[in-house]
Amino acid sequence: MSESGAAIEVEGLVREFRKGPRAVDGIDLAVSPGEIYGFLGPNGAGKSTTVLMLTTLLPPTSGRASVGGFDIVHQGSQVRASIGAALQEAALDSILTGREHLLLQATLQGVAKATRVRRSQELLERVGLTEAADRRVGGYSGGMKRRLDLALALVHGPRILFLDEPTTGLDLQSRTALWSEVSRLAHDEGMTVFLTTQYLEEADTLADRVGIIDRGKIVAEDTPARLKAEIGSPTVEVVPADPSTADAFAEQLAQFGVPSRNGRDSIGVQLPQGEAQLAEVIRALDQAGLHVASLHLHQPSLDDVFLAKTGRKLEGAAAASEPEVQPAPRGRRRRGR
Amino acid sequence: MAAEVLNAPGLLEQVAAVARRSVMRTLRQRALLVFPLLFPLILFAINGSALSAATRLPGFPPVSYRAFALAVPFMQGALFVAVTAGTDLARDIESGFFNRLALTPLRGGALLAGQLGGSIVVACVQSVVYLVVGVATGVGIASGVGGALVLLALSILISFGFAGVGTLLAVRFGTGEAVQGFFPLLFVTLFLSSSSLPRSLIKVPWFHAVATYNPVSYLIEGVRSLVITGWDARALALGFGFAIALVILSLGFAVAAMKNRLVRT
Amino acid sequence: MRRFLFVARAVAWRSIHNTLVSPAILLPSIIFPLFFLAAFAGGLSKIADVPNFNYRPGYTAFQFVFVFLQSAAFGGVFTGFAVARDFDSGFARRLLLSAPRRSGIIAGYTVGALLRWFVTATVVTIAALLAGMHVDGGGIDLVGMLGLGILVNLGAALWACGVAMFLRTEQAGPLIQMPVFVIIFLAPVYVPLKLLTGWIHSVASVNPATVALEAARGLFAGSPEKVALAFALLVAGIAVTTVWARRGLASAERAG
Repeated sequence: MSESGAAIEVEGLVREFRKGPRAVDGIDLAVSPGEIYGFLGPNGAGKSTTVLMLTTLLPPTSGRASVGGFDIVHQGSQVRASIGAALQEAALDSILTGREHLLLQATLQGVAKATRVRRSQELLERVGLTEAADRRVGGYSGGMKRRLDLALALVHGPRILFLDEPTTGLDLQSRTALWSEVSRLAHDEGMTVFLTTQYLEEADTLADRVGIIDRGKIVAEDTPARLKAEIGSPTVEVVPADPSTADAFAEQLAQFGVPSRNGRDSIGVQLPQGEAQLAEVIRALDQAGLHVASLHLHQPSLDDVFLAKTGRKLEGAAAASEPEVQPAPRGRRRRGR
Repeated sequence: MAAEVLNAPGLLEQVAAVARRSVMRTLRQRALLVFPLLFPLILFAINGSALSAATRLPGFPPVSYRAFALAVPFMQGALFVAVTAGTDLARDIESGFFNRLALTPLRGGALLAGQLGGSIVVACVQSVVYLVVGVATGVGIASGVGGALVLLALSILISFGFAGVGTLLAVRFGTGEAVQGFFPLLFVTLFLSSSSLPRSLIKVPWFHAVATYNPVSYLIEGVRSLVITGWDARALALGFGFAIALVILSLGFAVAAMKNRLVRT
Repeated sequence: MRRFLFVARAVAWRSIHNTLVSPAILLPSIIFPLFFLAAFAGGLSKIADVPNFNYRPGYTAFQFVFVFLQSAAFGGVFTGFAVARDFDSGFARRLLLSAPRRSGIIAGYTVGALLRWFVTATVVTIAALLAGMHVDGGGIDLVGMLGLGILVNLGAALWACGVAMFLRTEQAGPLIQMPVFVIIFLAPVYVPLKLLTGWIHSVASVNPATVALEAARGLFAGSPEKVALAFALLVAGIAVTTVWARRGLASAERAG
């Protein structure tokens, strides 16, 4: 661990690509041992670039960071020995079986010969791949590949785990299973997990703390609950039964705050005193003789947090962001991308 | 549960692990072996007969054209080994598997040496098949059984050198398309040599000059000398010399290129 | 007929447009014939000294004619690769969905192949002339030789389209290429038919490619022979490969 006791500590980390914008523009963060840190942001925000730097696969342009108490620039081999990583691509060999992958990884990581087979079997059981262990990975589903990816990252018993968008493209069941395992690793085994994601629900459900990154900078960082509370009150959204009465609805809702017209002829308003005001809203509309087709109460989300901090919604931000400065797979030379 | 991790594995253990994977991949994709095996043999069958009129040229060695041409499949096979070795490694780079390996204590040189393990297996199989087919179609090996073994050794060495070229291209450019894009160039070096006629019978001055300076000519002539001449010290020295030089240069450059590819702090 | 032509024109336009936008696509189909011309005419020119080799225009011309027809054949083969790629990428499905007369798709691909081959043939011809090739045939003879090349290109393109449409994957490449390669090389590539011996002479004697090649060489030398037979065989070949390509199209349609 670093002198401050953090498992991961980052100060002013910058990564510039030649002829390109700064993919990571001076970020500071600290992750405590045993914590699940969610790094949330749209495509092109700098998440994967940050992970590549922290896992020593990409040197930073400036700034410093330590992982497991080791400097990422000067003590790279010690960093790699203490981390496991499941990067953005599942990066598996379709010709090898799951078991063969684990044995290869175990050998290369220096796991003692006597324990490689046992360790591989343990991990296969843990990620639920025992039955498929001796089938070629080319026949695995996306979820199975991700589980194998996770097992490979754990083969040498690291203390810190990096997961780069681990559930992208997975179905709900696979995603939930992966969340469950990640949560168990952190809370039962004390593993530190640095997780990047573009899914709000993933960060919200899984992370102890969330750092929101946009255009290379961290724009917010705290627990999910505190971040949302900072944004404030819930919003009620009402759809009139008769669309022609929308103006009348807006007039009634104006008692509570500034109404906003959303798509689908719905009108929303923030409730400054929280969900307790919901009954007053319904009473006001009823007394005005206005009929409601549907009514929804929205709690603030991390998307609202992102919107408040950046002026854009997270789920639309990928389209609006600058050309992605994702580090290319190692097969392509980076030319400022 | 933590694994018992000792110090980083030794170089040999790393090479063996990667080589084991490379060999497994080769043996499990047997269909990919068929075309590189068959194509040179088809060309050998066709050219061995179609160019038999060349034996009537004054100055042509007193052997059948098939015997003269037997060296060519070994070279063509080596080119295919180059492309296969290169595209295999390029696939690892493109898929991100390379990153997975980079996160281990694996050394760059060990990765290269291990990756070439599968190429050695292919080269061995190919060389034996070409030799057997040649003998079965009536080609006598002038240098005898010992010469046949030396021929196999030279052929495998040449294949290893070309595999190094393919690996260099993969490490340098990182994509399968780039590796395959170079294949025509490698093919050209084969044709612009003494593959079809002895150098003394190449009439066109520029072609003669190119064939004389083309190292592939000496690789072919080294193999060919064992088939049609017997023990030709000069041809063998040049053949083995250029093959060893190819191995050293290609792998040397590949290791250097690996430093840029395997960027780890 | 109008819809057929409309579809054919659209597909051919796309093929030409892609080539103009990315001329590198043409490079393999230009470089390989040039390379073969250099290798065969340059490296094997001594073959002309073999007794009874008496092709009047010389060995460069002898090989030029082969390369001319070979480039036509491989131009067709490369089109098949493009069709296979379209299937792999899903673009072919889009074509099948939107084309009112689907047979026009095949026509479009083959017309595209032909137009691209004209470029290759021009480059190869210029290169051979610069290398000092003698031309003994007259205008009509050379037009006849061009006609043979056109038919070879169309036949190869239809064959390749058929295979690509049956298999619908880029991995069909070797299956598209190998039969064409073998047929071409089982013809008198390096020496005239009469100088071949052994099994290759027997095979080449019945190989239709031999008729086309010898007819083309005869035209180039101003001594045409078996020209009518060559044209008849190639037209028959096109008829067969048209049926083949149509069957391939039907297979692709059934697969959806």
